[in-house]
Amino acid sequence: MFYREAGDFKTSYSEDGQTFPIKFDRLRFYAVLAVAFGVIPLFINDYWANAVAVPFLIYAIAAIGLNILVGYAGQVSLGTGGFMAVGAYAVYKLMTAFPEVSIFIHVILAGLITAAVGVVFGLPSLRIKGFYLAVATLAAQFFLVWLFNKVPWFYNYSASGQINAPERTVFGVFVTGAQTSAMAKYMFCLVILTLVALVARNLTRGTVGRKWMAIRDMDIAAEIIGVNPLTTKLTAFAVSSFFIGIAGALFFAVYLGAAEVGESFGIQKSFLILFMVIIGGLGSIFGSFAGAAFLVLLPVFLKNVLVGTLGWPTDLAAHIELMIVGGLIVVFLIAEPHGIAQLWRVAKEKLRLWPFPH
Amino acid sequence: MPDQLVYAMEVTLNGLMAGVLYSLVALGFVLIFKASGIFNYAQGVLALFAALTLVGIQNGQVPFAHMINAMTGGHLTNFGWQVPSVIAILLTGVVMVLLAIVIEKLVLKHLVNQAPIILFMATIGMAYFLEGFGDVMWGADIKTLDVGLPQGINETIESLTDRWFGYGFFIDNLDIVATLLAILLVTALTLFSQYSKQGRALRAVADDHQAALSVGISLRFIWVLVWSIAGFVALVAGIIWGTKSGVQFSLSLIALKALPVLMLGGFTSIPGAIVGGLIIGVGEKLFEFSIGPMIGGATENWFAYVLALVFLVFRPQGLFGEKIIERV
Repeated sequence: MFYREAGDFKTSYSEDGQTFPIKFDRLRFYAVLAVAFGVIPLFINDYWANAVAVPFLIYAIAAIGLNILVGYAGQVSLGTGGFMAVGAYAVYKLMTAFPEVSIFIHVILAGLITAAVGVVFGLPSLRIKGFYLAVATLAAQFFLVWLFNKVPWFYNYSASGQINAPERTVFGVFVTGAQTSAMAKYMFCLVILTLVALVARNLTRGTVGRKWMAIRDMDIAAEIIGVNPLTTKLTAFAVSSFFIGIAGALFFAVYLGAAEVGESFGIQKSFLILFMVIIGGLGSIFGSFAGAAFLVLLPVFLKNVLVGTLGWPTDLAAHIELMIVGGLIVVFLIAEPHGIAQLWRVAKEKLRLWPFPH
Repeated sequence: MPDQLVYAMEVTLNGLMAGVLYSLVALGFVLIFKASGIFNYAQGVLALFAALTLVGIQNGQVPFAHMINAMTGGHLTNFGWQVPSVIAILLTGVVMVLLAIVIEKLVLKHLVNQAPIILFMATIGMAYFLEGFGDVMWGADIKTLDVGLPQGINETIESLTDRWFGYGFFIDNLDIVATLLAILLVTALTLFSQYSKQGRALRAVADDHQAALSVGISLRFIWVLVWSIAGFVALVAGIIWGTKSGVQFSLSLIALKALPVLMLGGFTSIPGAIVGGLIIGVGEKLFEFSIGPMIGGATENWFAYVLALVFLVFRPQGLFGEKIIERV
């Protein structure tokens, strides 16, 4: 009744081309933004920020980045953890080398540096496809982690080999370091996530996104109709790595505060983000959010149920969590290979006819 | 003979032995890939699971003891008996076959005709599940596995090389046993797939699912068979790696090392898996020996992947893989 195209007449090109052409969608989008920016910051405390909100926002950025590469351009990558590490170490070097520059600029620059690294590791994608490429990106993962471990310049020759985020402010409010309030962390990540999501959504709707999808669906056919595989694949790697680098920078600077590369950005991280993309839905921006929310909330929920309610030991709960995550992935792939985003699409389709289905 | 050269020879020999172990894991991948087109990420976890089960049966552990204790507040740990190695290995083999049947029934059956990448991701999901399941079933502590394989330095080789070069090579007995086992396994598998009825059915399925179905080959039986064989190969790999470095989570990471081996050798070739494994084994050991000290060491973590990456840029189908022909 409310969710429909009928009666919603567009009278200008800009109206016709807007991101959410259906009025209900648009209102929902504004409502979500209003809640995220206006309501949640008032109530957020340290527990919710650290356990749920901030990891969700950061993983959502990373998932959008990986979704562009895997879901839109069809290039499977297992090197996400390595690229996040590039973002983290880039922002660390920038923060310590140019303390007077705003952290906001540092985060963007870290993204750009990661994009450059991503393009280098994306070059083999022109020759290698499918599984072979997936395994080739593992080279990025292991090589980058090794590099940040072994070259002391990257961690400023600190004795522990760790990197620690110095305190930085935005408009006089701490966003990194020990004094940061829950609200500041949340808002900083939220602003960046909103920008990233807007850029990603519009890129995927436009020429660039259509080229990516053409390459994904069949690269040879795409080449024949005039899509340049070189620029298309490399832009996919660049844009994807740019977002993943930003996510890595935030993950280190805002969320962790101190990081050790093998532990924070290991192969497990690559898989975690890949799972978010699969469970959420390949080739969908909404899916990246849904997948990130699902995999951030699930462990918190399981921990509360198994350890909090049933009183089981934490190591047992951790193993059962592995089983449930693995099982869910298989179940999702069998029941709905297109992920949560597809469930959402089906629901919208039903809503369009409600309450008078034919 | 100069010292450096002798050391390099020892490193090469050890690399060959390590390469055999990589090949052993890679073999499991190739078998499943050839028969069902599935790239089975869970192979390494299968090896871990097999090793865990073997140790558990040997020591008479109560399965799920930790969970039962948590639910009932009891203190179960084991039945208090020791099972002889041979029987334990046989029982583990049975468990692996059961696992193959369950995987076929619950997962593969429902994923027929899906894109290969979806199947690949499903095996990643299975890997996670099995990893958690193995830990819940047998406990996550590091276990020692001993099925009576010889271990330690091989003295014959040491004294022989000492006489020839004036320097005794260090070669582990276990590596020699592993090499022999690998040769045996490859011969048996080749004979099986060339001369037995089931083996030929398996190759028919690998060529064309529909044609195989139309001549009356049961696809589902073949899949169970292939996964059982892969489980068996995983068991052998699990025994050897488990004896070498203890049964622990890192065992499942050898699967990742098998990936570059596969890429070098080509996903579809059994000899490729062997040759790829040897190249990677020798390559990474020699690289660590010659260049490693200059750039900080621990290059074994990434050398295999980078080598495979560079190699693939020049020959995308691997050494022995079938040529990739693309049609629109």
